[in-house]
Amino acid sequence: MADYAGRLPVATPESQPYWDGLKEHKLMLPTCDDCGPHFYPRPFCPMPDCFNWDIKWTQASGKGKVHTFVISHQPIPPYNSEDNAPPYVIAVIELEEGPRMMSNLIIDDPYQTTVDMDVEIVFDDVTDEVTLPKFKPV
Amino acid sequence: MDQIRHKVAIVGAAETDDLGQLPHMSRLALHAQSARNALDDAGISLADVDGLLCAGAIPNEVAEYLGIQPRYIDGTSVGGCSFMIHVRHAVAAIMAGYCDVALVTHGESGRSGVDAPRGGSASSPGGQYEAPFAIGGAPTTFSIPVLRHFHEYGTTKEHLAHIAAATRAWANLNPMAMMGSHRRAPERGGGPITPQDVLNSRMICYPFNLLDCCVVADGGGALVLVSEERAKDYAKDPVYVLGAGEAAAHWMVSQMRDHTTADGYRIAGEAAYKSAGLGPQDIDHCMFYDAFTFTPLMAAEDLGFVPKGEGGPFFAETRTGPDGEVIYKSGPGGDFPMNTNGGGLSYCHTGMYGMFAIIESVRQLRGECGDRQVPDVNVSMAHGPGGMFASAGTLILANA
Repeated sequence: MADYAGRLPVATPESQPYWDGLKEHKLMLPTCDDCGPHFYPRPFCPMPDCFNWDIKWTQASGKGKVHTFVISHQPIPPYNSEDNAPPYVIAVIELEEGPRMMSNLIIDDPYQTTVDMDVEIVFDDVTDEVTLPKFKPV
Repeated sequence: MDQIRHKVAIVGAAETDDLGQLPHMSRLALHAQSARNALDDAGISLADVDGLLCAGAIPNEVAEYLGIQPRYIDGTSVGGCSFMIHVRHAVAAIMAGYCDVALVTHGESGRSGVDAPRGGSASSPGGQYEAPFAIGGAPTTFSIPVLRHFHEYGTTKEHLAHIAAATRAWANLNPMAMMGSHRRAPERGGGPITPQDVLNSRMICYPFNLLDCCVVADGGGALVLVSEERAKDYAKDPVYVLGAGEAAAHWMVSQMRDHTTADGYRIAGEAAYKSAGLGPQDIDHCMFYDAFTFTPLMAAEDLGFVPKGEGGPFFAETRTGPDGEVIYKSGPGGDFPMNTNGGGLSYCHTGMYGMFAIIESVRQLRGECGDRQVPDVNVSMAHGPGGMFASAGTLILANA
């Protein structure tokens, strides 16, 4: 794990609870009482007619659908070694709660991926410090 | 129509001396050589420039490098459409008296990487929420909306492949085009291609094969703008700005509101049509930024040339010419002439291609295009995205 080759996120003070949640294998979403959860984490509700700064963190179910996707054939780290080689799926997941997020779909044959396919979260502990939210078909 | 129509003109437009692989030139040298060529095209001196607009560089960097001290600057740098937006801002600045002669410059060492800034912060939204998922530049992100469009509207890879073939046919008529038959031998992939060649080319990032993707090049380009009152004092016929629009819709492609519609295209397009007092039926010639085959399809739909979802069949329409040749909808002889320089797909793409789209609109309107000249071009549209459909800029230009 120490030699993880992919790019790693660095949290900001505003996103720290999101990354802390992932480390505990929880997908936490910033949530407005009136408008619901949003992605990506911001300390306010990003609906222009709301712009409420009273945000709570709520746990998402981890269920969703593939909204759209691509199959990359590029050897981009961490998909650049013999046992982790392209092709791989980059997908936009629409969470059950509504927001959409980019991720990878963990699937044996990338070409079996379909738009609107049901998926659920997989917590990928890529280093001791960072857990990435990935998805797999249900 | 609003007050900007026909108030400012483009009087100079040119690329760098060469495009392609230019490892002997830095980013700022490309800006400077473009500036010289556009000023020469206008027949005007660098000393006359008092407004400077550029992307991919801080205006001060370019001003210092050129040795000028402009009294108006704009460093809007929102990707490939930055230059359409610069033209719009230059129109406003000239009308307000903030400057008299505006110079817009582009220079990018997109292939050789000589002083080419790369990558963003790992703490930025892109660094936290997209980069960790093995995003590898535009082929893996500009492709993201495509399969949703396929799913909703039945668009296919075969449809997109026709755009690549049509655009290559234009490149074959342009001596400057990197993949055209003038510059690249067939055994190195140059010259005519068919839709089947596109589908047979190497897979880069499904749904994009190699020939769905633009070339990667070094180069630059520049424009000179002045007020309509002075526009006839220069070397070439003026090209007037009739309408212009711009928008910022999102930044990360995962956060695009609707992956089948570019909101920015619609907002910028509506503003351009409104200021020009024109609609899609009035446009004779289109330069639609083509980083990938899908990009201009989205423009044709979101700018009202074809109903939403019908872009695929529209571009895949072909007919047979007098000598048995295939005539593509958007290719030479087709009834929707688009990307007549050979496009980002086959002419040149530095990273921020929008400048080259504007230059070709200017040349078509001046009637300077030789073998690829489209007959009767009086109104041309140059339109592009910045980022992955994130921002947008639209220009409606005319020769009278």
